[in-house]
This record gives sequence, C-alpha cells and structure tokens, in this order.
Amino acid sequence: MLNSLVGIIASSGGAAAANNSYESIATVTLSSAASSIDFTSIPSTYQHLQIRFMGAMTSGGADDLRIQFNGDTGSNYTRHYLFGSGSSAGAGASSSIAFGAIGVNTLPTTSNTFGVAVVDVLDYDDTNKYKTLRALAGYDANGSGYLALSSSLWQSTAAITSIKLYPISSTFPQYSTAALYGIKG
Amino acid sequence: MASTYEPIATQTLGSAQATVTFSSISGTYTDLVLVATAASASGEPTISFQLNGDTGTNYSRTLLIGNGTTGTSERASSSTQGRISNSTGLTTTLGANATIAQFMNYSNSTTYKTVLARSNTTLYATEAIVNLWRNTAAITSIALFTNSGVNFAAGSIFTLYGIKAA
Repeated sequence: MLNSLVGIIASSGGAAAANNSYESIATVTLSSAASSIDFTSIPSTYQHLQIRFMGAMTSGGADDLRIQFNGDTGSNYTRHYLFGSGSSAGAGASSSIAFGAIGVNTLPTTSNTFGVAVVDVLDYDDTNKYKTLRALAGYDANGSGYLALSSSLWQSTAAITSIKLYPISSTFPQYSTAALYGIKG
Repeated sequence: MASTYEPIATQTLGSAQATVTFSSISGTYTDLVLVATAASASGEPTISFQLNGDTGTNYSRTLLIGNGTTGTSERASSSTQGRISNSTGLTTTLGANATIAQFMNYSNSTTYKTVLARSNTTLYATEAIVNLWRNTAAITSIALFTNSGVNFAAGSIFTLYGIKAA
C-alpha cells in the first residue's frame, strides 16, 4: 500500500520500499530523431502507470508534450494547467481537444537542454471510468524556462493499452527518452 | 520481476549538521528521488544542493510558488547552487516542510541534468522548482545545505531512492 501511494504521488515526489509493486514495463531512448515515442501492448496487471520523460523538440519554440491513448485522435480530451514562466504565473484550460497535454511550454528546443516530466495515469485499466493523468513538467535553460502542474482527462472508459507521446511540431531529438512503469494496487 | 524502485541511503540527523552528502552514487539507476523532511536550526533557509562538488555558477532554476494569496514565478540564472526548497523555506519545526526532488536521467553522460522538485511548508507556501545543472557528467554525489549556512536541525531525515528503467 505504501508503495502504491508513494508511487502515484511521485510527480510530487515519491518513496518506495524495496519490493516489487513498482515495476519497469518498457523504456524507449531515441538513437535518432523521431516523431513520437509509443508504448503498445501495455499489460493490465497494474493499478496505475507512471511515465518518466526527458525530451525536447528539434525545432520551433517551446511547447507542450502531447499524449494520446489507444490511438484515439478524436476530440475526447480536456486539460487544465498551472504554470510559471520565471516572471509570471498563470493557469488555463482546454476542452474537446484531440490530445492530452503534459505541461505547458515545457518541451524546449534549446540546445543541450531537455524538458522533463513525471506523469501519473490513474486506474488506467478501469473500464468503469474516464482516465485522468496528472503531471509535473518543466525545463530550465539558464535564463529561460517553464514549469507546470497539469492534468488531462481522456473521456473514454476503455482500458489503456497503448500510449503515444509526441511533440506539437517537428520531432524529438536523439537521447529523448521515456520510461513506463506500472504500480500495483 | 526485479524491484525497480529502491532505497539507496537514508540519513537521519542525530545532531544539527550543516551539510548532508550522498556520495559514491552508483550509475545503476535511471532516476534518483530524494525525500526530505527537514528543519533548520534557526531562521528560514532554503534546501540547496550542489552536484559532484561543483561550486561553479553552473546552476539555474525556474520556480512556481503559491503563498496562500497569489501565485508567482521566479528565476535564478548562473547560480552556484540548485534549490529543491526555496520560497517555502525551512522552519525550526520538524515536520513543517516536506520536499521531494527528482534527479532525472542522472547517470547519462550526454545531456545536462534537470532536477524537478516539489516543496511544501504549510506555514508559508507550496512550490515547484525545475533546476538545470549545466554539466553532462553523471551525478555521483549530492550535497545538501542551506543558503544561509545555518544547520539542518537534529531529526531531519533525507532519503535517496533509485529508479531503474527496463
């Protein structure tokens, strides 16, 4: 129980005892630029999922990291966020959008600087409820940066079996990485 | 399946101490997580850190803070220290501050290192911080100290965990 609890609060931090309730499912590290990172055939043996991400965009300005579940490209997602730009704080929301969002402006294009995110996807295989993710995401580039607390809702009761992470434009550069973990109940 | 989230070391201070150091951190893991429930011997200092003994101006950070009235954001560039608790600050009361920091991809030697933190001091504020250490070296030591130089109070606890990706 402790492990599950601290696992799902791991975007705020986390702690865990040395047992097997927090397990690595798969990791993707890009050897060259790619348009997305995909996790498929996600087993239903866990209670929650956690994604730990480090990446950037090869061009464009800092923007959001996007996420889709089970290949759903319909307008079935909503989002809320609270952000800090280094000079001001703000908040916003979007509804009926075709993607979930992780952070806001937290995926940079600054050379040698990557954005990071810790994302919790709760009750991902529960077929009785919509799915909510929450994230802590940010980057700092010594003079610029963004930091955000965000959540997204996927309005589907389907169990999540695949996850697509992708930038709003361009591609993820080499060394971008995403690790998927499962947390048992 | 092997455990992927493991405690590496815990330091519980038996007496007030200026610096807490986790050294000889192996490259076995992918990410590190530091959990701190600390207090100060006096004043309201930060929890600051330096990596691999680097005292240069190679740290920077962006902060998001809520103080119970307003939300604000701040930045510090070319600093000699990173911070995982800043505006929240420590107090002399044990248990008043809870801080958890994520040292992402700490063991790679190709990218600068980013540290995400969430800190809460219920007396003052709650905040999130993203730190950058402009160095591609793998992190092998973490030194924690306060910005004012005051000691961490006896009873402060710092625990370091490792997360191992597949």
